[in-house]
Amino acid sequence: MSMGITDIIRFSFSAIVRYPLRAGLMLLAIAIGVASIVILTGLGEGARRYVTSEFSSLGTNLLIVIPGKTETSGNALNIFSGETPRDLTLQDALSLKQHAQVNRIAPVVIGAAYVSYQQLSRETPVMGSNAELLKLRNWKMARGRFLPAADDTRAAAVCVLGSKLKQELFKNENPIGKKIRIGDRQFRIIGIMASEGRSIGVDVEDIVIIPTASAQSLFNTPSLFRILVEVNSRDALEQVKQHIVNTIKSRHQGEEDVTVISQDAVLGTFDQIFTSLTLTVTGIAAISLTVAGILIMNIMLVTVSQRTAEIGLLKAIGASHHQIQNLFLVEASLLTATGALLGIAIGYGGNLFIHTLFPALDNVAPGWAIAAAFLLALCTGLLFAVMPARRAARLDPIQALAHR
Amino acid sequence: MIKLTEINRIFQVGDQQVHALRDINMTIDNGEYLSIMGPSGSGKSTLLNILGLLDNPSSGEYELEGEIVTHLSDEQQAVIRSSQIGFVFQFFHLLPRLTAAENIALPMMLAGVAASERRQRTKKILDELGIADRADHKPDQLSGGQRQRVAIGRATIMQPRVLLADEPTGNLDRHSGMEVIDILENMNQQGITLIVVTHDPELGERAGRKIRFVDGAITVDTGKQ
Repeated sequence: MSMGITDIIRFSFSAIVRYPLRAGLMLLAIAIGVASIVILTGLGEGARRYVTSEFSSLGTNLLIVIPGKTETSGNALNIFSGETPRDLTLQDALSLKQHAQVNRIAPVVIGAAYVSYQQLSRETPVMGSNAELLKLRNWKMARGRFLPAADDTRAAAVCVLGSKLKQELFKNENPIGKKIRIGDRQFRIIGIMASEGRSIGVDVEDIVIIPTASAQSLFNTPSLFRILVEVNSRDALEQVKQHIVNTIKSRHQGEEDVTVISQDAVLGTFDQIFTSLTLTVTGIAAISLTVAGILIMNIMLVTVSQRTAEIGLLKAIGASHHQIQNLFLVEASLLTATGALLGIAIGYGGNLFIHTLFPALDNVAPGWAIAAAFLLALCTGLLFAVMPARRAARLDPIQALAHR
Repeated sequence: MIKLTEINRIFQVGDQQVHALRDINMTIDNGEYLSIMGPSGSGKSTLLNILGLLDNPSSGEYELEGEIVTHLSDEQQAVIRSSQIGFVFQFFHLLPRLTAAENIALPMMLAGVAASERRQRTKKILDELGIADRADHKPDQLSGGQRQRVAIGRATIMQPRVLLADEPTGNLDRHSGMEVIDILENMNQQGITLIVVTHDPELGERAGRKIRFVDGAITVDTGKQ
């Protein structure tokens, strides 16, 4: 004694279309839940991709050397004992060039100073580095040339301006060859950076770049902010990393007081952060599905009481508890599955819409999220339909038939 | 054959126990035509429900075609309801969203009869009931008499041994009522056991065996005549 699946579906379908308002409400509830998952995971994924690609634009195979040991496992008492990490010096940076796998090295000094041209003056971030920085960071020149590839210890009085700074100081005038004051010194402008927009950490448009030694002298410090090291190949990263630590250690009287971060590690961390962010957001969206589930339960309960007579009749003509229950579960599944598909479509539409508003955001919901949203909706629908379906199955047929 | 032994049915209504059926003993042979009469609340509908396996007695035994069906599982009772028992109700209980043909085919659908066979059997019974031209009409497009004929078609499509009719003419005008009675009696003459619960003395008198209920007990049983 069993009912064919096509018959069950046709029968349920006829019941669904008989109550369009009820069906519409359930579809809507599920669709909203699923659509919000699709859209929110799309946003999370988009943000992750955005940050990842921003970091990739930093340049590949990059190692960043930072003074001080920043591992959390380090001895915190150092702070109280007054031991401070030794500064990174230009000589430290130059010593790293020896390794065969090291392609480029760019020491970086960061500070701020008043930059002035004629009557115009403003405080501006000043970066000290060398010629290698341009290629290392994949920056482009708008005009002129970048810092000269000269001896890093030579404090040449030349500078390169960011495009915004150039605009503010010179308007449309050609600044190449002009002299500006940075702090208390004069520098000759040799180039203008292309407006690349923001690159992580540095606003290239609003900056002045001078040779390392000049910056050290300007800020009166022997130390470097960090050293950027470009390695020949990805495989050599670990080897070079170890080499850097060892070299600096031997130069610092055996003290291991630098931290070397690979771009991969930074990227990995961000990847993790954004993945867990996406999951969290998905979880929140999933709550809306639970709310939808409760709505489904209520609507199904109303359905059961509306169709009491039908249930009684079905029993009288030979339907078992089991069959009645299945009919209602199939009905709920059909509705939730349709609602979920609708929600996926709405979510896709929403993602496309957001993408047209923010083209930089590559907000495509990952496949796993869509599959999960669909399954979750189906499970929610079924789970919350079980109680009403059981109630239907348990209805006393005599009482049920007393309804007209 | 139906055999009832010491059937009692007690309902709990609040604090009170209502004895709807008291020690019912009776045997009904295949092909009999019974009318069950009695005032409201005398227990005649309860008996019909127990006979139709929609309700179980509080005590006693119900034997149908040699099988004691009282303690069967819901699943097994559903099979018996499907294959051996047909119901005709006062209020028809057709599903409004299905056509006449679909309503008649419903028990076959529940029982998993193949669609082609369903169509064939439905068509045959629609012809017999004289409503072939109404096959694709929804119940609200049918007259009361036509609706009850559809309901009879549905009750008999599985070729049951027993047809239980609860006030089958109660909601019909006299003329349609008589037509429906004709159909039911016709089926009885072809061998189906027909049990009719009614208030209508005229209808009750037509049956071969008349049973009268008062306060949950049989007061009159004319026996098979």
